[in-house]
Amino acid sequence: MRADELINYVRSSDHLHFEMEEVAQSSPSCIKVSQVNLLEFMLFLHSDEALYYDSLSCITGIDNGPDSGLIEVVYNLYSIPHNTHLMVKVDLDRARPIVPSVYSIWKAADWHEREAFDLLGIQFEGHPDLRRLLMPADWEGHPLRKDYQEQNYYRGIKVKYE
Amino acid sequence: MSKTVQYIFDNDNLKKSEPSKYQEEDLKSEEMLVNIGPQHPSTHGVLRLEVITSGELVVEVVPHIGYLHRCFEKHAENLPYNQIIPFVDRLDYLASMNSEHAYVMGVEKMLGIGEQVPKRVEYIRVLVAELNRLASHFVALGSYAMDIGAVTAFFWMLRDREHIVRLLEWVSGARMLYNYMWVGGLFYDLPVGFEERCEEFIAYLSPKLIELDRLVIENKIFVDRTANVGVLPLDLAINYGITGPMLRGSGLKYDLRKVDAYSVYPEIDFDVPVGTGQMGSLGDCWDRTWVRAQECKESVRIIAQCLTQLKGEYRRTRDFDPRALVPKKIRPKAQDLYARAENPKGETGFFFRADGRSDIPFRCKARGASFSNLSIINDLSKGGLIADLIAVIGSIDIVLGEVDR
Repeated sequence: MRADELINYVRSSDHLHFEMEEVAQSSPSCIKVSQVNLLEFMLFLHSDEALYYDSLSCITGIDNGPDSGLIEVVYNLYSIPHNTHLMVKVDLDRARPIVPSVYSIWKAADWHEREAFDLLGIQFEGHPDLRRLLMPADWEGHPLRKDYQEQNYYRGIKVKYE
Repeated sequence: MSKTVQYIFDNDNLKKSEPSKYQEEDLKSEEMLVNIGPQHPSTHGVLRLEVITSGELVVEVVPHIGYLHRCFEKHAENLPYNQIIPFVDRLDYLASMNSEHAYVMGVEKMLGIGEQVPKRVEYIRVLVAELNRLASHFVALGSYAMDIGAVTAFFWMLRDREHIVRLLEWVSGARMLYNYMWVGGLFYDLPVGFEERCEEFIAYLSPKLIELDRLVIENKIFVDRTANVGVLPLDLAINYGITGPMLRGSGLKYDLRKVDAYSVYPEIDFDVPVGTGQMGSLGDCWDRTWVRAQECKESVRIIAQCLTQLKGEYRRTRDFDPRALVPKKIRPKAQDLYARAENPKGETGFFFRADGRSDIPFRCKARGASFSNLSIINDLSKGGLIADLIAVIGSIDIVLGEVDR
Protein backbone atom coordinates (compact mmCIF):
# COMPACT_ATOMS: atom_id res chain seq x y z
CA MET A 1 0.00 0.00 0.00
CA ARG A 2 1.48 3.35 -1.01
CA ALA A 3 1.42 6.37 1.27
CA ASP A 4 -1.40 8.21 -0.52
CA GLU A 5 -3.53 5.06 -0.58
CA LEU A 6 -2.82 4.56 3.07
CA ILE A 7 -3.81 8.13 3.91
CA ASN A 8 -7.08 7.64 2.04
CA TYR A 9 -7.64 4.36 3.84
CA VAL A 10 -6.99 5.92 7.24
CA ARG A 11 -9.28 8.86 6.41
CA SER A 12 -12.06 6.50 5.40
CA SER A 13 -12.00 4.85 8.80
CA ASP A 14 -14.37 6.42 11.25
CA HIS A 15 -12.35 7.53 14.15
CA LEU A 16 -9.18 9.18 12.87
CA HIS A 17 -9.62 12.77 11.78
CA PHE A 18 -6.41 14.70 11.80
CA GLU A 19 -3.85 16.13 9.43
CA MET A 20 -1.67 13.65 7.60
CA GLU A 21 0.80 14.57 4.96
CA GLU A 22 2.74 12.48 2.50
CA VAL A 23 6.44 13.25 2.49
CA ALA A 24 8.02 13.26 -0.95
CA GLN A 25 11.41 11.78 -1.78
CA SER A 26 11.49 8.98 0.69
CA SER A 27 11.78 5.25 0.39
CA PRO A 28 9.81 3.48 1.77
CA SER A 29 6.98 6.00 1.51
CA CYS A 30 6.58 8.31 4.43
CA ILE A 31 3.68 9.92 6.26
CA LYS A 32 4.05 12.93 8.51
CA VAL A 33 1.73 13.37 11.46
CA SER A 34 1.65 15.81 14.30
CA GLN A 35 3.10 14.66 17.61
CA VAL A 36 -0.25 15.13 19.34
CA ASN A 37 -1.80 12.45 17.12
CA LEU A 38 1.19 10.15 16.88
CA LEU A 39 0.19 7.60 19.47
CA GLU A 40 -3.36 7.28 18.17
CA PHE A 41 -2.09 6.91 14.59
CA MET A 42 0.51 4.30 15.57
CA LEU A 43 -2.07 2.32 17.53
CA PHE A 44 -4.28 2.29 14.46
CA LEU A 45 -1.41 1.15 12.22
CA HIS A 46 -0.60 -1.62 14.65
CA SER A 47 -4.08 -2.89 15.34
CA ASP A 48 -5.95 -2.45 12.05
CA GLU A 49 -6.20 -5.80 10.30
CA ALA A 50 -5.62 -4.51 6.78
CA LEU A 51 -2.47 -2.64 7.84
CA TYR A 52 -1.10 -4.58 10.80
CA TYR A 53 2.34 -3.04 11.14
CA ASP A 54 3.53 -5.49 13.75
CA SER A 55 7.25 -4.80 13.63
CA LEU A 56 9.11 -1.62 14.47
CA SER A 57 12.54 -1.80 12.91
CA CYS A 58 14.17 1.46 13.69
CA ILE A 59 13.65 4.84 15.30
CA THR A 60 15.86 7.63 14.03
CA GLY A 61 16.16 11.07 15.53
CA ILE A 62 17.39 13.80 13.23
CA ASP A 63 18.53 17.21 14.37
CA ASN A 64 18.20 19.88 11.70
CA GLY A 65 20.38 22.40 13.44
CA PRO A 66 19.67 25.56 15.43
CA ASP A 67 18.70 27.59 12.35
CA SER A 68 15.69 25.47 11.47
CA GLY A 69 14.71 24.83 15.08
CA LEU A 70 13.44 21.39 14.14
CA ILE A 71 14.09 17.88 15.39
CA GLU A 72 12.53 15.00 13.50
CA VAL A 73 11.79 11.48 14.63
CA VAL A 74 11.41 8.82 11.96
CA TYR A 75 9.83 5.43 12.64
CA ASN A 76 10.39 2.51 10.27
CA LEU A 77 7.49 0.09 10.41
CA TYR A 78 7.13 -3.29 8.76
CA SER A 79 4.17 -5.53 8.43
CA ILE A 80 5.36 -9.13 8.36
CA PRO A 81 2.08 -10.77 7.17
CA HIS A 82 1.38 -8.15 4.46
CA ASN A 83 5.03 -7.56 3.58
CA THR A 84 4.61 -3.79 3.50
CA HIS A 85 6.75 -1.08 4.98
CA LEU A 86 6.13 2.49 5.99
CA MET A 87 7.96 5.44 7.48
CA VAL A 88 6.20 7.71 9.93
CA LYS A 89 7.66 11.08 10.73
CA VAL A 90 7.00 13.70 13.39
CA ASP A 91 8.47 17.19 13.62
CA LEU A 92 9.37 18.49 17.04
CA ASP A 93 10.30 21.85 18.41
CA ARG A 94 14.06 21.85 18.94
CA ALA A 95 13.81 23.80 22.17
CA ARG A 96 11.33 21.38 23.73
CA PRO A 97 11.49 18.06 21.86
CA ILE A 98 8.78 16.01 23.52
CA VAL A 99 7.04 13.11 21.79
CA PRO A 100 4.81 10.33 23.15
CA SER A 101 6.58 7.01 23.58
CA VAL A 102 5.42 4.08 21.46
CA TYR A 103 6.78 1.59 23.98
CA SER A 104 3.24 0.58 24.89
CA ILE A 105 2.73 -0.63 21.29
CA TRP A 106 6.12 -2.03 20.31
CA LYS A 107 8.56 -3.05 22.99
CA ALA A 108 11.29 -2.67 20.37
CA ALA A 109 10.96 1.06 20.97
CA ASP A 110 12.51 0.71 24.42
CA TRP A 111 16.18 0.90 23.48
CA HIS A 112 15.70 2.91 20.30
CA GLU A 113 13.98 5.65 22.27
CA ARG A 114 16.59 5.55 24.99
CA GLU A 115 19.26 5.93 22.33
CA ALA A 116 17.49 8.91 20.75
CA PHE A 117 17.11 10.46 24.20
CA ASP A 118 20.78 9.88 24.90
CA LEU A 119 22.23 11.19 21.65
CA LEU A 120 19.69 13.89 20.73
CA GLY A 121 17.93 14.79 23.94
CA ILE A 122 14.45 13.89 22.75
CA GLN A 123 12.04 13.35 25.64
CA PHE A 124 9.78 10.35 25.14
CA GLU A 125 6.72 10.84 27.29
CA GLY A 126 5.48 7.65 28.89
CA HIS A 127 8.68 5.66 28.45
CA PRO A 128 9.06 3.54 31.57
CA ASP A 129 12.80 3.83 31.99
CA LEU A 130 14.29 6.74 30.08
CA ARG A 131 17.98 6.66 31.02
CA ARG A 132 21.08 7.26 28.94
CA LEU A 133 21.95 4.15 26.98
CA LEU A 134 25.30 4.55 25.24
CA MET A 135 26.98 7.53 26.91
CA PRO A 136 27.96 7.66 30.60
CA ALA A 137 25.16 8.92 32.83
CA ASP A 138 27.07 12.06 33.81
CA TRP A 139 28.04 13.07 30.27
CA GLU A 140 27.22 16.64 29.31
CA GLY A 141 25.15 17.41 26.25
CA HIS A 142 23.71 15.33 23.45
CA PRO A 143 26.40 14.42 20.87
CA LEU A 144 24.25 14.14 17.74
CA ARG A 145 22.90 17.68 18.00
CA LYS A 146 24.39 19.67 15.18
CA ASP A 147 25.65 22.41 17.51
CA TYR A 148 27.11 19.98 20.06
CA GLN A 149 30.32 21.06 21.72
CA GLU A 150 32.18 18.32 23.54
CA GLN A 151 33.30 19.01 27.07
CA ASN A 152 37.02 19.66 27.45
CA TYR A 153 37.80 17.04 30.06
CA TYR A 154 36.03 13.97 31.38
CA ARG A 155 37.62 12.69 34.59
CA GLY A 156 40.89 14.31 33.59
CA ILE A 157 40.83 12.63 30.15
CA LYS A 158 41.06 15.08 27.30
CA VAL A 159 37.93 14.65 25.18
CA LYS A 160 38.62 16.71 22.10
CA TYR A 161 40.85 14.96 19.62
CA GLU A 162 43.44 17.19 18.00
CA MET B 1 58.84 17.59 33.23
CA SER B 2 55.43 17.36 34.79
CA LYS B 3 53.60 14.12 34.44
CA THR B 4 50.28 14.53 32.62
CA VAL B 5 47.23 13.33 34.46
CA GLN B 6 45.40 10.73 32.38
CA TYR B 7 42.53 9.77 34.63
CA ILE B 8 41.32 11.25 37.86
CA PHE B 9 40.34 8.36 40.06
CA ASP B 10 37.54 8.66 42.53
CA ASN B 11 35.69 5.96 44.40
CA ASP B 12 32.33 7.26 43.21
CA ASN B 13 33.27 7.44 39.51
CA LEU B 14 31.51 4.21 38.60
CA LYS B 15 28.38 5.17 40.51
CA LYS B 16 28.25 8.46 38.64
CA SER B 17 28.96 7.23 35.14
CA GLU B 18 27.23 3.83 35.11
CA PRO B 19 24.81 3.82 38.02
CA SER B 20 22.99 0.60 38.75
CA LYS B 21 19.27 0.73 38.25
CA TYR B 22 18.67 -1.00 41.57
CA GLN B 23 20.28 -0.07 44.86
CA GLU B 24 20.79 -2.23 47.93
CA GLU B 25 17.77 -0.73 49.66
CA ASP B 26 15.44 -1.63 46.75
CA LEU B 27 16.08 -5.34 47.19
CA LYS B 28 13.97 -7.76 49.17
CA SER B 29 15.56 -9.67 52.03
CA GLU B 30 16.62 -12.78 50.08
CA GLU B 31 17.75 -10.93 46.98
CA MET B 32 21.28 -10.07 45.95
CA LEU B 33 22.70 -7.83 43.23
CA VAL B 34 25.37 -9.48 41.08
CA ASN B 35 27.26 -7.68 38.35
CA ILE B 36 28.32 -9.85 35.42
CA GLY B 37 30.76 -8.11 33.13
CA PRO B 38 31.76 -5.82 31.49
CA GLN B 39 34.92 -7.92 31.35
CA HIS B 40 33.60 -11.45 31.45
CA PRO B 41 34.17 -14.05 28.75
CA SER B 42 30.59 -15.28 28.66
CA THR B 43 29.21 -11.82 27.88
CA HIS B 44 30.94 -11.99 24.47
CA GLY B 45 32.57 -8.61 24.75
CA VAL B 46 32.03 -5.64 26.99
CA LEU B 47 28.47 -6.08 28.19
CA ARG B 48 27.55 -5.44 31.78
CA LEU B 49 24.60 -7.27 33.23
CA GLU B 50 23.14 -6.14 36.49
CA VAL B 51 21.47 -9.26 37.79
CA ILE B 52 19.11 -9.40 40.74
CA THR B 53 19.23 -12.91 42.09
CA SER B 54 17.26 -14.75 44.66
CA GLY B 55 19.35 -17.76 45.54
CA GLU B 56 20.14 -19.33 42.20
CA LEU B 57 17.19 -17.78 40.44
CA VAL B 58 17.36 -14.70 38.27
CA VAL B 59 14.77 -12.12 39.32
CA GLU B 60 15.72 -9.41 36.86
CA VAL B 61 18.46 -8.61 34.39
CA VAL B 62 19.34 -5.01 33.55
CA PRO B 63 21.80 -4.78 30.68
CA HIS B 64 24.20 -1.84 30.60
CA ILE B 65 25.73 -1.21 27.20
CA GLY B 66 27.84 1.50 25.64
CA TYR B 67 31.30 0.31 26.63
CA LEU B 68 32.25 -0.10 22.98
CA HIS B 69 30.50 3.02 21.68
CA ARG B 70 32.69 4.43 18.92
CA CYS B 71 30.42 7.23 17.68
CA PHE B 72 29.70 5.67 14.27
CA GLU B 73 26.81 8.03 13.59
CA LYS B 74 28.80 11.13 14.50
CA HIS B 75 31.69 10.00 12.32
CA ALA B 76 29.30 9.28 9.47
CA GLU B 77 28.02 12.85 9.59
CA ASN B 78 31.52 14.07 8.78
CA LEU B 79 32.63 11.65 6.08
CA PRO B 80 31.79 11.12 2.41
CA TYR B 81 29.71 8.04 1.64
CA ASN B 82 32.58 5.91 0.34
CA GLN B 83 34.77 6.66 3.34
CA ILE B 84 32.09 5.41 5.74
CA ILE B 85 32.48 1.83 4.47
CA PRO B 86 35.50 1.06 6.72
CA PHE B 87 33.44 2.26 9.69
CA VAL B 88 30.58 0.02 8.63
CA ASP B 89 33.02 -2.91 8.76
CA ARG B 90 33.63 -2.20 12.40
CA LEU B 91 29.97 -2.38 13.41
CA ASP B 92 29.50 -6.12 13.19
CA TYR B 93 33.15 -7.02 12.99
CA LEU B 94 32.48 -10.74 12.65
CA ALA B 95 30.38 -10.24 9.51
CA SER B 96 31.81 -7.16 7.84
CA MET B 97 30.97 -8.27 4.32
CA ASN B 98 27.28 -8.56 5.16
CA SER B 99 27.14 -5.10 6.71
CA GLU B 100 29.01 -3.66 3.75
CA HIS B 101 26.51 -5.30 1.44
CA ALA B 102 23.59 -3.64 3.24
CA TYR B 103 25.27 -0.25 3.29
CA VAL B 104 26.42 -0.35 -0.32
CA MET B 105 22.98 -1.40 -1.54
CA GLY B 106 21.44 1.50 0.32
CA VAL B 107 23.76 4.10 -1.21
CA GLU B 108 23.35 2.57 -4.68
CA LYS B 109 19.60 2.76 -4.29
CA MET B 110 19.88 6.45 -3.39
CA LEU B 111 22.00 7.11 -6.45
CA GLY B 112 19.65 5.07 -8.62
CA ILE B 113 22.38 2.76 -9.90
CA GLY B 114 21.27 -0.29 -7.96
CA GLU B 115 19.87 -2.00 -11.05
CA GLN B 116 22.93 -1.40 -13.21
CA VAL B 117 25.48 -3.17 -11.03
CA PRO B 118 26.94 -6.00 -13.14
CA LYS B 119 25.78 -9.53 -12.36
CA ARG B 120 29.32 -10.73 -11.81
CA VAL B 121 29.81 -8.09 -9.12
CA GLU B 122 26.56 -9.13 -7.46
CA TYR B 123 27.53 -12.80 -7.49
CA ILE B 124 30.92 -12.03 -5.99
CA ARG B 125 29.22 -9.93 -3.32
CA VAL B 126 26.86 -12.75 -2.42
CA LEU B 127 29.74 -15.25 -2.46
CA VAL B 128 31.91 -13.31 -0.02
CA ALA B 129 28.92 -12.35 2.12
CA GLU B 130 27.93 -15.99 2.50
CA LEU B 131 31.51 -16.99 3.31
CA ASN B 132 31.42 -14.32 5.98
CA ARG B 133 28.07 -15.60 7.23
CA LEU B 134 29.66 -19.02 7.68
CA ALA B 135 32.57 -17.46 9.59
CA SER B 136 30.19 -15.52 11.82
CA HIS B 137 28.04 -18.57 12.58
CA PHE B 138 31.18 -20.58 13.34
CA VAL B 139 32.20 -18.10 15.99
CA ALA B 140 28.65 -18.04 17.34
CA LEU B 141 28.37 -21.82 17.55
CA GLY B 142 31.90 -22.40 18.80
CA SER B 143 31.80 -19.78 21.52
CA TYR B 144 28.31 -20.85 22.54
CA ALA B 145 29.49 -24.41 23.02
CA MET B 146 32.41 -23.09 25.05
CA ASP B 147 30.13 -20.96 27.24
CA ILE B 148 28.23 -24.11 28.06
CA GLY B 149 31.34 -26.15 28.74
CA ALA B 150 32.36 -27.89 25.51
CA VAL B 151 35.77 -26.52 24.58
CA THR B 152 36.50 -28.85 21.66
CA ALA B 153 33.87 -27.33 19.41
CA PHE B 154 35.42 -23.88 19.79
CA PHE B 155 38.77 -25.08 18.48
CA TRP B 156 37.16 -27.00 15.63
CA MET B 157 35.01 -24.10 14.56
CA LEU B 158 37.85 -21.62 14.71
CA ARG B 159 40.04 -23.98 12.72
CA ASP B 160 37.45 -24.00 9.94
CA ARG B 161 36.87 -20.27 10.26
CA GLU B 162 40.57 -19.74 9.71
CA HIS B 163 40.21 -21.16 6.18
CA ILE B 164 37.44 -18.65 5.42
CA VAL B 165 39.36 -15.77 6.92
CA ARG B 166 42.36 -16.63 4.75
CA LEU B 167 40.20 -16.89 1.66
CA LEU B 168 38.76 -13.48 2.37
CA GLU B 169 42.23 -12.12 3.08
CA TRP B 170 43.24 -13.33 -0.35
CA VAL B 171 40.26 -11.50 -1.84
CA SER B 172 40.49 -8.21 0.00
CA GLY B 173 43.82 -8.01 1.80
CA ALA B 174 42.36 -8.03 5.30
CA ARG B 175 41.29 -10.80 7.62
CA MET B 176 38.32 -9.23 9.31
CA LEU B 177 37.68 -5.64 8.24
CA TYR B 178 37.65 -5.80 4.49
CA ASN B 179 36.52 -2.55 2.84
CA TYR B 180 35.98 -4.78 -0.19
CA MET B 181 32.58 -3.74 -1.49
CA TRP B 182 32.48 -0.28 -2.93
CA VAL B 183 29.52 1.81 -3.92
CA GLY B 184 28.82 0.67 -7.48
CA GLY B 185 31.27 -2.21 -7.55
CA LEU B 186 34.13 -3.91 -5.81
CA PHE B 187 37.66 -3.05 -4.78
CA TYR B 188 39.11 -5.81 -6.97
CA ASP B 189 37.93 -8.74 -9.00
CA LEU B 190 38.40 -12.15 -7.41
CA PRO B 191 42.04 -13.29 -7.48
CA VAL B 192 42.91 -15.82 -10.17
CA GLY B 193 42.33 -19.34 -8.91
CA PHE B 194 39.97 -18.27 -6.13
CA GLU B 195 36.99 -20.18 -7.48
CA GLU B 196 38.91 -23.46 -7.55
CA ARG B 197 40.36 -22.94 -4.10
CA CYS B 198 36.91 -22.04 -2.77
CA GLU B 199 35.45 -25.22 -4.27
CA GLU B 200 38.11 -27.25 -2.52
CA PHE B 201 37.18 -25.55 0.71
CA ILE B 202 33.48 -26.32 0.24
CA ALA B 203 34.31 -29.97 -0.37
CA TYR B 204 36.38 -29.95 2.81
CA LEU B 205 33.72 -28.17 4.85
CA SER B 206 30.61 -30.22 4.10
CA PRO B 207 31.62 -33.26 6.19
CA LYS B 208 32.79 -30.93 8.95
CA LEU B 209 29.27 -29.55 9.28
CA ILE B 210 27.94 -33.06 9.85
CA GLU B 211 30.68 -33.46 12.41
CA LEU B 212 29.46 -30.27 14.08
CA ASP B 213 25.95 -31.68 14.30
CA ARG B 214 27.22 -34.81 15.99
CA LEU B 215 29.67 -33.04 18.28
CA VAL B 216 27.46 -30.20 19.50
CA ILE B 217 23.93 -29.94 18.22
CA GLU B 218 22.78 -33.50 18.85
CA ASN B 219 25.02 -33.97 21.85
CA LYS B 220 22.97 -35.17 24.83
CA ILE B 221 24.69 -32.83 27.28
CA PHE B 222 24.23 -29.87 24.94
CA VAL B 223 20.56 -30.68 24.40
CA ASP B 224 19.96 -31.03 28.14
CA ARG B 225 21.62 -27.70 28.72
CA THR B 226 19.75 -25.72 26.03
CA ALA B 227 16.35 -27.35 25.39
CA ASN B 228 13.47 -25.61 27.19
CA VAL B 229 15.83 -22.84 28.26
CA GLY B 230 15.15 -19.21 27.35
CA VAL B 231 11.93 -19.91 25.48
CA LEU B 232 11.00 -17.01 23.20
CA PRO B 233 7.36 -16.91 22.08
CA LEU B 234 6.87 -15.66 18.53
CA ASP B 235 4.55 -12.74 19.31
CA LEU B 236 6.98 -11.36 21.87
CA ALA B 237 9.84 -11.78 19.41
CA ILE B 238 8.07 -9.75 16.73
CA ASN B 239 7.03 -7.09 19.24
CA TYR B 240 10.63 -6.69 20.32
CA GLY B 241 11.86 -6.35 16.75
CA ILE B 242 13.86 -9.58 16.95
CA THR B 243 15.22 -10.72 13.59
CA GLY B 244 17.51 -13.31 12.09
CA PRO B 245 18.11 -16.81 13.47
CA MET B 246 16.46 -15.82 16.75
CA LEU B 247 13.17 -15.02 15.04
CA ARG B 248 13.41 -18.10 12.84
CA GLY B 249 14.20 -20.19 15.91
CA SER B 250 10.79 -19.14 17.22
CA GLY B 251 9.18 -20.66 14.17
CA LEU B 252 8.63 -17.83 11.69
CA LYS B 253 9.97 -18.32 8.18
CA TYR B 254 11.18 -14.76 7.75
CA ASP B 255 14.45 -14.20 5.96
CA LEU B 256 15.12 -10.89 4.23
CA ARG B 257 17.05 -12.68 1.50
CA LYS B 258 13.71 -14.22 0.54
CA VAL B 259 11.33 -11.45 1.66
CA ASP B 260 13.13 -8.52 0.07
CA ALA B 261 14.76 -10.67 -2.62
CA TYR B 262 17.67 -8.29 -2.94
CA SER B 263 20.84 -8.75 -4.99
CA VAL B 264 20.93 -12.12 -6.82
CA TYR B 265 19.30 -14.11 -4.03
CA PRO B 266 16.10 -14.70 -6.06
CA GLU B 267 18.20 -16.57 -8.64
CA ILE B 268 19.69 -18.85 -6.03
CA ASP B 269 18.02 -21.93 -4.62
CA PHE B 270 18.18 -22.22 -0.85
CA ASP B 271 15.93 -23.06 2.08
CA VAL B 272 15.14 -21.09 5.19
CA PRO B 273 15.39 -23.37 8.21
CA VAL B 274 12.97 -22.63 11.05
CA GLY B 275 12.80 -23.97 14.56
CA THR B 276 10.18 -26.60 15.33
CA GLY B 277 10.70 -27.30 19.00
CA GLN B 278 12.28 -30.65 18.17
CA MET B 279 14.11 -31.13 21.46
CA GLY B 280 11.97 -29.09 23.83
CA SER B 281 9.64 -26.18 23.29
CA LEU B 282 9.51 -23.94 20.26
CA GLY B 283 11.87 -20.99 20.45
CA ASP B 284 14.28 -22.31 23.06
CA CYS B 285 18.05 -21.91 22.96
CA TRP B 286 18.48 -25.23 21.19
CA ASP B 287 16.17 -24.18 18.34
CA ARG B 288 18.15 -20.99 17.77
CA THR B 289 21.41 -22.89 17.70
CA TRP B 290 20.01 -25.53 15.41
CA VAL B 291 18.81 -22.84 12.98
CA ARG B 292 22.35 -21.42 12.88
CA ALA B 293 23.85 -24.82 12.18
CA GLN B 294 21.34 -25.45 9.39
CA GLU B 295 22.01 -22.02 7.91
CA CYS B 296 25.66 -22.97 7.58
CA LYS B 297 24.59 -25.80 5.26
CA GLU B 298 22.38 -23.45 3.26
CA SER B 299 25.26 -21.00 2.95
CA VAL B 300 27.41 -23.78 1.55
CA ARG B 301 24.71 -24.42 -1.05
CA ILE B 302 24.58 -20.73 -1.96
CA ILE B 303 28.35 -20.54 -2.27
CA ALA B 304 28.41 -23.58 -4.54
CA GLN B 305 25.80 -22.01 -6.84
CA CYS B 306 27.64 -18.69 -6.90
CA LEU B 307 30.83 -20.47 -7.89
CA THR B 308 29.06 -22.29 -10.71
CA GLN B 309 27.78 -18.96 -12.03
CA LEU B 310 31.13 -17.26 -11.59
CA LYS B 311 32.84 -20.01 -13.55
CA GLY B 312 30.07 -20.28 -16.11
CA GLU B 313 27.84 -17.50 -17.34
CA TYR B 314 29.53 -14.65 -15.47
CA ARG B 315 33.09 -15.87 -15.72
CA ARG B 316 36.15 -13.72 -15.48
CA THR B 317 37.01 -11.81 -18.63
CA ARG B 318 40.05 -9.77 -19.46
CA ASP B 319 38.21 -6.48 -19.83
CA PHE B 320 35.91 -6.83 -16.81
CA ASP B 321 36.36 -3.92 -14.47
CA PRO B 322 34.62 -4.23 -11.08
CA ARG B 323 35.12 -0.50 -10.53
CA ALA B 324 33.57 0.56 -13.83
CA LEU B 325 30.41 1.85 -12.18
CA VAL B 326 32.05 3.32 -9.07
CA PRO B 327 31.05 7.00 -9.11
CA LYS B 328 33.79 9.61 -8.86
CA LYS B 329 31.57 11.70 -6.67
CA ILE B 330 28.73 10.29 -4.61
CA ARG B 331 26.09 12.98 -4.32
CA PRO B 332 22.56 11.55 -4.00
CA LYS B 333 19.46 13.67 -4.46
CA ALA B 334 17.80 15.00 -1.33
CA GLN B 335 15.88 12.09 0.18
CA ASP B 336 15.27 9.78 3.12
CA LEU B 337 16.01 6.13 2.63
CA TYR B 338 15.99 3.05 4.80
CA ALA B 339 17.90 0.06 3.43
CA ARG B 340 18.10 -3.31 5.13
CA ALA B 341 19.67 -6.69 4.54
CA GLU B 342 19.94 -10.03 6.26
CA ASN B 343 23.04 -10.27 8.41
CA PRO B 344 24.06 -13.45 10.20
CA LYS B 345 22.57 -11.89 13.34
CA GLY B 346 19.43 -10.50 11.75
CA GLU B 347 18.25 -7.36 10.05
CA THR B 348 20.93 -4.74 9.56
CA GLY B 349 19.48 -1.46 8.41
CA PHE B 350 20.80 1.92 7.47
CA PHE B 351 18.73 5.06 7.54
CA PHE B 352 20.10 7.82 5.33
CA ARG B 353 19.12 11.43 5.03
CA ALA B 354 20.78 13.09 2.07
CA ASP B 355 20.47 16.84 1.66
CA GLY B 356 21.35 16.83 -2.03
CA ARG B 357 24.06 19.45 -1.65
CA SER B 358 26.99 17.48 -0.29
CA ASP B 359 28.86 14.16 -0.51
CA ILE B 360 28.33 13.67 3.18
CA PRO B 361 25.15 12.17 4.61
CA PHE B 362 23.17 14.60 6.72
CA ARG B 363 22.27 11.70 8.99
CA CYS B 364 23.24 8.06 8.83
CA LYS B 365 21.74 5.80 11.42
CA ALA B 366 22.74 2.17 11.77
CA ARG B 367 20.22 -0.31 13.07
CA GLY B 368 22.14 -3.24 14.46
CA ALA B 369 20.53 -6.64 14.65
CA SER B 370 22.27 -7.49 17.91
CA PHE B 371 21.02 -4.23 19.40
CA SER B 372 17.38 -5.21 19.12
CA ASN B 373 18.07 -8.86 19.83
CA LEU B 374 19.84 -8.09 23.09
CA SER B 375 17.07 -5.85 24.39
CA ILE B 376 14.89 -8.88 25.10
CA ILE B 377 17.35 -10.52 27.48
CA ASN B 378 15.38 -9.66 30.62
CA ASP B 379 12.24 -11.38 29.36
CA LEU B 380 14.21 -14.42 28.23
CA SER B 381 16.13 -15.09 31.41
CA LYS B 382 13.72 -13.93 34.11
CA GLY B 383 12.83 -16.72 36.48
CA GLY B 384 15.58 -19.03 35.23
CA LEU B 385 18.85 -20.08 36.79
CA ILE B 386 22.00 -17.97 36.64
CA ALA B 387 23.64 -20.74 34.65
CA ASP B 388 20.79 -20.53 32.14
CA LEU B 389 21.38 -16.79 31.81
CA ILE B 390 24.78 -17.63 30.35
CA ALA B 391 23.12 -20.08 27.96
CA VAL B 392 20.66 -17.37 26.90
CA ILE B 393 23.35 -14.75 26.21
CA GLY B 394 25.25 -17.20 24.03
CA SER B 395 22.15 -18.18 22.08
CA ILE B 396 21.35 -14.55 21.24
CA ASP B 397 24.72 -14.30 19.45
CA ILE B 398 25.57 -10.68 20.12
CA VAL B 399 28.46 -8.71 18.77
CA LEU B 400 29.00 -5.73 21.02
CA GLY B 401 30.46 -3.70 18.19
CA GLU B 402 27.02 -3.69 16.64
CA VAL B 403 25.15 -3.17 19.90
CA ASP B 404 27.11 -0.08 20.87
CA ARG B 405 28.07 1.15 17.39
